[in-house]
Amino acid sequence: MKKHIYLIAAFLGLGVGISQAQVQKGSVLIKNATVLTVTKGNLESSDVLVQNGIIIQLGKNLTAPAGVNTIDASGKYLMPGIIDAHSHVGLDVVNEGSAPITSEIRMKDVVNPTEIGIYRALAGGVTVSHAMHGSANVVGGQNATLKHRWGSMDPADVIMQDAPRTIKFALGENPTRVHGRGNGIQPRSRMGVEAVIRNGFNEAIQYKKGWEAYQLAKNQKGNTTPPPAYNERLQTLADILDGKIIIHCHSYRADEIYMLINVIKDFNIKKVVFQHTNEGFKVAPEIAEYTMGASVFADWWAYKMEVYYSTAFNAAILQKNGALTSINSDSAELIRHLYHEAAKTQRYGGLTDEEALAMITINPAKQLGIEDKVGSIEVGKQADLVIFEGHPLSSYAVPQMTFVDGVKYFDIKKDNNDQRQWVAATEMVEPIFLRANEEAHRCMQDVDAYFEAFQGAFLKEKH
Amino acid sequence: MNRMYKTFCALLLALLPVVAMAQIDGEFVKPRNGKFLLKNATVVTVTKGTLANTSVFLENGKISKVGTNLSSDGAEVIDCTGLFIYPGIIDGGTRLGLVEVSSVPETVDYADVGNVTPNMQALTTVNPNSEAIGVTRVSGVTTVLTVPSGGLFPGTAALINLNGYTPDQMYGGFKAVAMIFPSSGRRGRFDRRSDEDVKKDGEKALKEANDIWENAKSYLELKKSGATLAYFPEMEQLSKVISGELPLLIEVNAASDIQQAIKWVEGKNIKVIFTGVAEGWRVADEIAKAKIPVVTGPVQELPTRSSDRYDAPYANAGLLAKAGVKVALRTDDEENVRNLPFHAAFAAAYGLGKEEALKAVTINPAEIFGVADQYGSVEAGKRANLIVSTGDPFETRSQIMHVFIDGYRIPMSNRHIRLYQEFLERSPGLKAN
Repeated sequence: MKKHIYLIAAFLGLGVGISQAQVQKGSVLIKNATVLTVTKGNLESSDVLVQNGIIIQLGKNLTAPAGVNTIDASGKYLMPGIIDAHSHVGLDVVNEGSAPITSEIRMKDVVNPTEIGIYRALAGGVTVSHAMHGSANVVGGQNATLKHRWGSMDPADVIMQDAPRTIKFALGENPTRVHGRGNGIQPRSRMGVEAVIRNGFNEAIQYKKGWEAYQLAKNQKGNTTPPPAYNERLQTLADILDGKIIIHCHSYRADEIYMLINVIKDFNIKKVVFQHTNEGFKVAPEIAEYTMGASVFADWWAYKMEVYYSTAFNAAILQKNGALTSINSDSAELIRHLYHEAAKTQRYGGLTDEEALAMITINPAKQLGIEDKVGSIEVGKQADLVIFEGHPLSSYAVPQMTFVDGVKYFDIKKDNNDQRQWVAATEMVEPIFLRANEEAHRCMQDVDAYFEAFQGAFLKEKH
Repeated sequence: MNRMYKTFCALLLALLPVVAMAQIDGEFVKPRNGKFLLKNATVVTVTKGTLANTSVFLENGKISKVGTNLSSDGAEVIDCTGLFIYPGIIDGGTRLGLVEVSSVPETVDYADVGNVTPNMQALTTVNPNSEAIGVTRVSGVTTVLTVPSGGLFPGTAALINLNGYTPDQMYGGFKAVAMIFPSSGRRGRFDRRSDEDVKKDGEKALKEANDIWENAKSYLELKKSGATLAYFPEMEQLSKVISGELPLLIEVNAASDIQQAIKWVEGKNIKVIFTGVAEGWRVADEIAKAKIPVVTGPVQELPTRSSDRYDAPYANAGLLAKAGVKVALRTDDEENVRNLPFHAAFAAAYGLGKEEALKAVTINPAEIFGVADQYGSVEAGKRANLIVSTGDPFETRSQIMHVFIDGYRIPMSNRHIRLYQEFLERSPGLKAN
């Protein structure tokens, strides 16, 4: 028996070894850029030296060690790789809409490293995306944090292995439509959503107690107590209660946001980020006090009832109330210009350049629990970097090169037709997708049937 | 720091009138007309260059004078020192006013039942009090084409100004019959028809279009010959296209469909505008040769094919213009038409250039819609549709300070701004008092 365990361990170890060995780490010296560090101010015509995927030096007149390429970025801007805290790019499926709680589902299992959306995101300077489960369920699946290492056929290479676990929750119209109206089970209302969450956590507490009792009993002499049945769904909820997983909760209305804040207080959960959070501005002081903040759209509103009373000033209000705030895409289209989405906080609320840039770099990094690794240009951090022509908050900005771990994955000068890694047999005759934008918003992907049943031909909105 | 301070001041100024107004319970600032002298601005006329230290006089809903040293002559004087005046921005294709909340069918009025309904009038269903109108116009977009969609001939689009209490007060003097050209593309990833079915559906639709066209021609001929005709409102409306009274606004996107549409239009001797034209860059020369003007967009959109360059939609307008096509831009949106200036900036950055991009949202749509005598530039004699901004209105850091539509000074407020004012410093805050 023991031998088997060793064998399995050796096998697993080998597996990890292989997947890490394949992750490329680059070395590069970027010279004479205006460096927007985000956390430590701006450095005029400065250099950034990267070795083996890590930023090792910032300064002027740095020289490249032997064998390290130099890139002249005179007149250009260098900023940290953009981080999207809400995306579905690089996923083959998004929703497992079969139950109000599906915490056992893992998006890691459906990552597609060849999806063209990853390259397009790189072309917009995005190096890390939070590949989320959809919003069909109150408790959805566990998300995957991706690093956009374009070019690999192995899903493990684009997964950020050193990122902490996160899970999707969803409140409001989507879970009540899918489950209450679609399947005739709870939740049918926002009351039901609360009940589903509280029931789930309480069941997980019972489950934990069962295992704790078994562990205690196991050590007693002559014990014959059988172990409780293993349940991945409840174990995951128990891990949330133990602070091992960050909740990322799809939410729109202030009442439902406030409800979840009360729930997490009752269960002593600290790690919660609200997603979308269109009415977050109404409960900004509460979000600031009790949560890891909100990840919001720059200006989306009115596409469904629960976002009708939104304001484009949401991000600014949250920020000025001290809530950790990020701007996300939830869209294969928007992810390509998050720098522009962040810039909208200057039109709507007059945020500073530093505040605006933080909303797509260090702030989402904090919300994903990876702020010690990425999200700013600092010595010791992973070298995820973007070179821009024009200030990234200008509407005319054009990303020029994007690096992940010091490796250049996008270069506008080398961009060409057909950047696909792999073409599916079904796409040998290439389909043309018109109005692809509507399809790009995929929070409710794979549960179209529920919309068609209730909204017929007028279906458009899937967030 | 300097810019931060400037931005802050700009915002403060922008919100000042509204903040002041909010002090008095129950008082509401309405759009108001009158005589206004916008003094000492940099005037970006679009058609006559950029004029420094220039003033603009507005009266009777029109721009009466553009020049230096204009006397106030009893007008309300607005000091525009350090500010910029641009013509009101025009969106060449939206659903603004036709829908309030797109997932709530009861509020969706841009599509009706039936495949051939050209007699459906977008102008009829424009809701002058739609929240989206107030949200849009403070961005500097003052005028939009609002377009029905759905079937083959879904209805008649109308140009509207974003001020007024009835559709007629908003009407901008241009209508066009909309046509959704039979498509060989897919409507999205959920569209799982076989390639063969997509092709067949396209051919069937084209045949239907041809049959309907023949009927409409017969209708017009019979009408001209004085025959007594039964009530055919669809034919009546289509016959106006055939007679040249109304243009045909053809939504067409895939390259092969654009070629097909060029062929379809040939010899019909009608006024045609193409709209959408997502793959226009693939056949730009052919569109230019056919001399068909184009309203393209959205610019911030995904490429139509996985193999396309990531920036194909950003670059499309520039490539069309370079080939010699007259180009205007559209958002094809409802609630976020306010983003048109940013779409224009992206088109500018990816090949169209700033000057042409500005034209593509001002004078070009005005010319394409045949209303350039009234809209699209800052010139004496034109309608008083203009905006005053702290800088380039395509930049997010610029603030739009004033908007005038048809000579009305528009209050710089809307629900988004009011929510900001109420909730920036909520009272009570975290703890009850």
